Amino acid sequence: MQGNLLVSSSPHIHSGTSTRQIMLDVIIALVPAGIAALFFFKLAAALLILTTVVACVLGEYLTNRWMKKSSTTNDLSAVVTGVLLAFNLSPKVPLWAAFIGGLFAIIIVKQLFGGLGHNFMNPALAARAFLMASWPVPMTSWVIPGVDSVGSATPLALLKGGEAVGKLPSLFNLFLGNVGGCIGETSALALLLGAGYLLFRKVITWEIPVSFIATVGLFTWILGGKTPFTGDFLYHILAGGLMLGAFFMATDYTTSPVTFKGKIIMGCGCGLITAIIRLYGGYPEGVSYSILLMNLVVPLIDRYTIPKGFGGAKHA
Amino acid sequence: MPTSVKIFRGGIEPPHHKKTAELATVKMPLPSKVIIPMLQHIGAPCTPLVKKGDRVLVGEKIGAAESFISAPIHASVSGIVADVKPILYSNGAEVMAVEITPDGQQELHESVKPLGKLERTALLEKIKESGIVGLGGAGFPTQVKLNPPPDKKLDLLVINGAECEPYITADYREMIENPEGILEGIKLVMELTGIKQAYLGIEANKPTAIQKLRELAREFPGVEVVSLKTRYPQGGEKQLIYAVTGRTVPMGALPAEVGVLVQNVNTVSFLASYLKTGLPLIKKKVTVEGGAVKTPMNVEVLIGTPLKEVFEFCGGFTTEPQKIIMGGPMMGVAQFSPENPVLKQTNALLALTAEETKATPESVCIRCGKCVAACPMELMPLQINACVTRGKLAESLQYHLYNCIECGCCSYVCPAGRNLVQSVRYAKSEIKRLGLDKK
Repeated sequence: MQGNLLVSSSPHIHSGTSTRQIMLDVIIALVPAGIAALFFFKLAAALLILTTVVACVLGEYLTNRWMKKSSTTNDLSAVVTGVLLAFNLSPKVPLWAAFIGGLFAIIIVKQLFGGLGHNFMNPALAARAFLMASWPVPMTSWVIPGVDSVGSATPLALLKGGEAVGKLPSLFNLFLGNVGGCIGETSALALLLGAGYLLFRKVITWEIPVSFIATVGLFTWILGGKTPFTGDFLYHILAGGLMLGAFFMATDYTTSPVTFKGKIIMGCGCGLITAIIRLYGGYPEGVSYSILLMNLVVPLIDRYTIPKGFGGAKHA
Repeated sequence: MPTSVKIFRGGIEPPHHKKTAELATVKMPLPSKVIIPMLQHIGAPCTPLVKKGDRVLVGEKIGAAESFISAPIHASVSGIVADVKPILYSNGAEVMAVEITPDGQQELHESVKPLGKLERTALLEKIKESGIVGLGGAGFPTQVKLNPPPDKKLDLLVINGAECEPYITADYREMIENPEGILEGIKLVMELTGIKQAYLGIEANKPTAIQKLRELAREFPGVEVVSLKTRYPQGGEKQLIYAVTGRTVPMGALPAEVGVLVQNVNTVSFLASYLKTGLPLIKKKVTVEGGAVKTPMNVEVLIGTPLKEVFEFCGGFTTEPQKIIMGGPMMGVAQFSPENPVLKQTNALLALTAEETKATPESVCIRCGKCVAACPMELMPLQINACVTRGKLAESLQYHLYNCIECGCCSYVCPAGRNLVQSVRYAKSEIKRLGLDKK
């Protein structure tokens, strides 16, 4: 027996969690929204999800090869990016554009900056912004679920009044997701189911999503109406990409702060920018840009929110 | 009934594995030899007082403590000194050790006799001579803690019966088998230090011990039993003080700073029995556990017994153990050889299978923040680890490196299997060695 004993520094046991398990949990949490996407947008949604996932995994595999690094496709993070990117696309986006988006997310945004854990922006959202800048027309053409090829506007665009025609969908339809929009963002119900799973599995914590949504609600209530404090905040909370963004994108580990205080700052910052873009900006929707902007200041937030430590400050 | 309302932030809930909890302690027969190192405490090593060929008796002092922070060492058997030579310690350093071959007589040394009535200074001197150190695992000489500098006013005694590490039940067995001894020991410490109020903190997963001690404690004025939330590291000194008293020990300070003295249950019960018998610290209650052990149990072992013989007494191994650990799985020390001896601080011996100690292969940090949430000292292990892997040791100081209690929660929860607490240990020793904290 002697000589075969393993000697290492404690601890000698491990919780058994792994990066792959966490990514798998995120994928599981995205399933309800995926089903909603298939239900409302049919084949277009299925093809988009398939295309972006293939593009992302392929991008990960190829960059690993080029950079002579060991393969990281097994950690499933590229699959998560692929699904999230598809969820952020209009069903009208051509598949070739979605494919380019997937490659851009992984190769340019993630791998060129060091791969998993090192990218400074959410890859899926950066790819969405890239596609928006490159092919704005298909990126902002919407359809009402079930009535194929009938052009429509998103509820937020209607609310903003920028679009000429259309009637505001009911809150109930917003909650179910039976409205125009990106394929994975429309159903608040499905997204909340997935979010509940992530919270239950402790993959994410409540700080960022709650402060994000609460800030959007607060500011749209104060400033969103014709007179102060009359804004339809519930509509703003349920419409657009807020649920998807708050629970699945702003909580992205690599591009969000790690401390309690930092997470609250991140959520409030995202909420504030979203409200400003929605109410005063040129776009009807601001969730993805707000998260991208806040991603950029995460290193700064981390630097100024170093905890004082137990016994380092007054405790109650 | 006092139940702790406060709970430290962070921590983890590993599986308890306390299967030996209801097994009465079994006394192990004499081993074939004992190897007694001259350093079994925090502080300066002792000087051997015997040489090869000498006959020693049970309780005879064989190592003299010459500095203030040190504790003398005694023979645990009667017999002939087979050798006095340096051995390799589990931390990698060389330490002098006395090897004794028992003669089977277990003849007591003349110094071993009841203490009788003594006044405070004489009693403290005797306690120093008993060789007692903190039996919770750290091994800090007890008499130093009982004799604080006059500018530190102590007003609360906190007795640690949390036993938050998985597997270990040695403290629990003491609470079940010798509750009177614990309470007498508490009374003794209160008398010695003039402290009027004592709290005995026990984790809520040991209801029998809580009930038993609560009943008996009615006879002891000023002693209260507190039920603690079951959460590792509840038995960490600062976490325990916070849970029981609500006081926060300032960063870098000792419990005396907030008027608190902490003692382990086994330490105080030893003091009570020492008063009665005068027998110095020569034996330990040890939990022998782990998937590779045939018959896990609690054993009373003589200090210096080779680990191999303790495991053999417990039926040997069912499978090849991958790791032998002295202490718990969270903070215990992996042993390089089964020939190493049982020490004063040994409260558990674990022989873990490969399955039990399976580690997640190390991969990149995904910044999930689980280590930050788990850290009971409210630090950022991921940032310290990043500083270390980038070779920027001095930068890790801004993350309050020295506040780390090395409980291992961060490494336990890390999904990327990163060596977080290990890098903290490395940074601490390297910064000291290079003098980076002085600049």
